[in-house]
Amino acid sequence: MKVPLSWLKDYVDIPLSVEDLANLLTSLGLEVEAVRYVGLPMPPADARLDFKTSGLAWDPDKIVVAEVREVLPHPNADRLVLARVYDGQAEHQVVTGAPNLFAYKGQGSLDPPLKVAYAREGAVLLDPYNPGGTLRLKRRKIRGVESYSMVCSEKELGISDEHEGIILLDADAPTGVPLADYMGDAVFDIAITPNMARALGILGVAREVAAALGAPLRVPDTAVVMEGPPIEGRAEVRITDPDANPRFAVGLIEDVTLGPSPYEVQRRLKLAGMRPINNIVDATNYVMLEWGEPLHAFDYDILVERAGGQAPTIITRRARPGERLTTLDGEERVLPPYAVLVTDTAGPLSIAGVMGGAESEVRPTTRRVLLEAAVWDPITIRRVSKALKLTTEAAYRYQRGVHPALVEPALLRALELMRRWSGGTVAQGIVDRYPKPQRDPVNRFRPADIRRLLGLDLTATEIANLLRRLEFRVTVHDDGTIEAQTPPHRLDIGEGVVGIADLAEEIARLYGYDRIPATRLADELPPYLGLERARREDRIKDALVVLGLQEVITYRLTAPEREARATVAGEPRPDSEYVRLVNPIAHDRRVLRQTLLPNLLEVAERNARFVARQALFEWGPVFLPREEGLLPDEPQRLALLLTGPREDDFWAGAAAEAMDFYDLKGVLETLARALHLPQPLRFEPGEHPSMHPGKTARVLLGDKVLGHLGELHPQVKARYDFGPAAVLVAELDGCALRDALPDRFTLRPVPQFPPVIEDLAFVVDETVPAAAVEDAIRAGGGAYLRAVTLFDVYRGQNIGAGKKSLAYRVAYQAPDRTLSDKDAARIRKKIVKRVAREVGGVLRG
Amino acid sequence: MLAELERLYQQALAELEAITDSVALDAWRIAHLGRKAPLMQAFGRMREIPPEERPQVGRRINELRDALQAAYEARAEALRQAELARALQEERLDVTLPGRPRPYGRLHPTTQTIRDIVGIFQSMGFQVFQSREVETDEYNFQLLNIPPHHPARDMQDTFYVATPGVDEDETPPVVLRTHTSPGQIHAMRHYAAQDPENPPPIRVVLPGMVFRYEQITARSEIQFTQVEGLAVGRHITFSDLKGTLTEWARRMFGPGARTRFRPSYFPFTEPSVEMDVECFLCGGKGCSVCKHTGWLEVLGAGMVHPVVLRNGGYDPERYSGFAFGMGPERITMLRHGIQDIRHFWRNDVRFLEQF
Ligand SMILES: [Zn+2]
Repeated sequence: MKVPLSWLKDYVDIPLSVEDLANLLTSLGLEVEAVRYVGLPMPPADARLDFKTSGLAWDPDKIVVAEVREVLPHPNADRLVLARVYDGQAEHQVVTGAPNLFAYKGQGSLDPPLKVAYAREGAVLLDPYNPGGTLRLKRRKIRGVESYSMVCSEKELGISDEHEGIILLDADAPTGVPLADYMGDAVFDIAITPNMARALGILGVAREVAAALGAPLRVPDTAVVMEGPPIEGRAEVRITDPDANPRFAVGLIEDVTLGPSPYEVQRRLKLAGMRPINNIVDATNYVMLEWGEPLHAFDYDILVERAGGQAPTIITRRARPGERLTTLDGEERVLPPYAVLVTDTAGPLSIAGVMGGAESEVRPTTRRVLLEAAVWDPITIRRVSKALKLTTEAAYRYQRGVHPALVEPALLRALELMRRWSGGTVAQGIVDRYPKPQRDPVNRFRPADIRRLLGLDLTATEIANLLRRLEFRVTVHDDGTIEAQTPPHRLDIGEGVVGIADLAEEIARLYGYDRIPATRLADELPPYLGLERARREDRIKDALVVLGLQEVITYRLTAPEREARATVAGEPRPDSEYVRLVNPIAHDRRVLRQTLLPNLLEVAERNARFVARQALFEWGPVFLPREEGLLPDEPQRLALLLTGPREDDFWAGAAAEAMDFYDLKGVLETLARALHLPQPLRFEPGEHPSMHPGKTARVLLGDKVLGHLGELHPQVKARYDFGPAAVLVAELDGCALRDALPDRFTLRPVPQFPPVIEDLAFVVDETVPAAAVEDAIRAGGGAYLRAVTLFDVYRGQNIGAGKKSLAYRVAYQAPDRTLSDKDAARIRKKIVKRVAREVGGVLRG
Repeated sequence: MLAELERLYQQALAELEAITDSVALDAWRIAHLGRKAPLMQAFGRMREIPPEERPQVGRRINELRDALQAAYEARAEALRQAELARALQEERLDVTLPGRPRPYGRLHPTTQTIRDIVGIFQSMGFQVFQSREVETDEYNFQLLNIPPHHPARDMQDTFYVATPGVDEDETPPVVLRTHTSPGQIHAMRHYAAQDPENPPPIRVVLPGMVFRYEQITARSEIQFTQVEGLAVGRHITFSDLKGTLTEWARRMFGPGARTRFRPSYFPFTEPSVEMDVECFLCGGKGCSVCKHTGWLEVLGAGMVHPVVLRNGGYDPERYSGFAFGMGPERITMLRHGIQDIRHFWRNDVRFLEQF
């Protein structure tokens, strides 16, 4: 909300600088995001401020209130005039093209003179033709007539974008006085949080400032000169749904003359972000900005006409099926059934709390105005406003809650302003229907309740005084109980334990958050509930980092096509098989991922342009719809990717070879050891939609399939912008891996006696998997077999076609003695026998 | 004989002086200290001298032999040193040549910052609690005191998940969580289940990914992480909130980090605050990162709203608590001068490898 300082000062004296006031507002929970200076001095450019600043300071010596005494034709230009201007010191001749002076051309001496904003030579103004820039007035000739000063438009002074005519000030503006003193201003742009709805009127903001300063609040006078015939019998109001419309009141003003509002009113409306329309509409907006209560003006004569010449009856009710209304923006709107309407006997007049109808709005010819002040159910207004995509100042306020008590003062205030500005006569009395009176909560509590929440020791009297500043009616009873009656402008104070929390916030706010002490938690420590998931995930990530992999985090949102791109088939699965968004931000981010691999491939693809070697992993959830229940499964996955040379280029030695299947397999094997998995991972030939059929392994832990590891299928790889090096990928079940991490592990004794080490090479058929040979060696070697390491795979003519030789280094060791050659020979014999029997292997001489 | 030996001795010393390599040194040792060396054989020739002179001559021969032996060892050591020096000289490297590159893994910057944040809270007795990313409207909003049509829903633009059987104009019941706060309810219910009559106190931190329906720009993302915190107990106050978060800020940003608290609004806390930390880049003097305010907004917090406590299974008459939430990406950006939030999920190695 935009709050002009001059307006705020109508209600409270503020002995603070603009900047200090901004800080005070922020400290009260009314966060000032920006201040626009409209004439008042600006802070130095290097000032440390919590808000943005903009605007223009008006030099008091150079920009003053002046009077135009005569408007003369320009000797050489039809579209310019010469104004005879008196600035309190001397008369000046000013050349101007302001259209709103042309009417006075050649009328001779003006009495009364026109009051204007006059800028002397050297004055700095905003450059109307260069947004954000300024200009300094210089002496020059315009069409042969010397000019050194000007009469200003609002744009040059930074009041508004209005540049058509010059400002014509109200007649009582004091000639010769610096303009900054007369109407210099600053506009606070305040972010109003939902709990601060009471500050959606400037009076509400003033009330907070008054409370903080301990200063009195000057509530605007609501006395109305009512000299017309009584309203009684000339308008009736009927509320059919008090929940939707707790209060509705109308007043009547007659013999109005529509015209512009006083300049000061227009200026304030503009600074507050509203467009002046005419004195009647301006009065409704002015009072809404003042009190926070929206108002609506009807052309009374149209209502009478619609009632067939009778006194109109205003009826508020829910919309009927298919009901339509043309709103005052000229749009015909179909009203949802939950909308609440202001109607008369002839049909809808306006969408309650959102926007008025075109037919009954005030127009230049309006003579009689029926003024509405009402309160509506916030949820209804919010739903209607959303459904019709209509965000108005009224709807904005009603959605956040307007206290029904504001209806009467706002109505009276607006009637009086209309009377003053339009010359009308106000009918005596108002029609006020209030079937559902607001109950303002009374909260009873003790200082101990406040101490329990705030950790702040205040006495009952101190608490009472703080709350009284915010207009709570507070009684302190002898037993120390405090009783606080909520003032009739607030809807944000609850009852019971909620009410006490609400009051604690008010007390903390006024006392000052920064004055509340800071203490260490002294409360009992919670029990340990064994929430080990995160710690285990950290262990897995740490191990991968140690193995040289870079962690990445990618978008959870993707598209079926993106996932399909990573499969050989390339066929996207239907959206319906995914967790799908109703309102995606982009078509290619419309579902939640079901695999991590495609994202990892996209990351690697982008990076392949900059680096040859990549080693990446991602840990995170995938989202799998479930047959039953609203929510999907969110299992964790671990994906890994390697590509490029095994090592980065180095100046000595040959370039490293590209990484292959066994590099990634090595990462997984080492990971398993690093994590102390209870058993080694097993790898079996496997199949995976993204992987090379001959270079894919199923990864198992015990009987549990953890996932797959393999080289990216060449057809898949071809869809991405990768170089020639193989891309190795793996995707594992993160939850299974995480849950397999043991809480503890037991060390094997460190051997005391040296091992016997020997090399054994077996010739087996090509089809025999290496793992089977190793299993046979281990089975044959028994308890003394300490280690088996494959160190060579050989194929060649001398061992025969279709055969391969696998050379192992084996270590035999006993815990209690050094093994002899005889022992070693015995073990070897068993191994050779076992290998021969199980895989048909023959020991190579 | 003695005179001859003296002469031989002088000659041997002179020869030794001239030797520069180990082969010659070995030959010298055989010639002058070997069994056939004249000095060694002199003992055998004792018969040639008068018996009364023998002791004196014998002593002198021993002296000469020891002297030669010592001279030999000194020379041998000198030669060894010279050879070592030469070898070291020859092995000299160009130490300015680049070192062998080692593959180096790193955690994602978000993970690093989350660990920093969480680690501090863990040392204060907070435990990590994780909860799901796809949530019901009930958990994401309603149980957090944000009923349907509450204006606070405007503060969080929401991704809605299609749910079979739910009409297009109805508010869908499933959302991508817009904050980690639903974890507060999960955590409270998890703890309260231990003893529903007298639920135990809680101190948890809830790191996780959240989602907002926003355009992706340098300043806004559709997904980002949050670290939520929650402390519930029988004696937890707003001053504890201030003390805990101030202490966290000191450990996170340095022992001199100053903090300030401003009123704010979150539907699930009351009172609500925002905490600023004095800009650690300019020391509070004002710079472009702190937008010349001298302060950086780092977190929102507040006392847990009584309705939220009740929804979590904790009686607000007996229990109180505080909650807080912060954005690891924002903190990472502030700490490292990152201008564009889109770097985080783009995973450009040239970005990641700098962490
Ligand atoms: Zn700074």
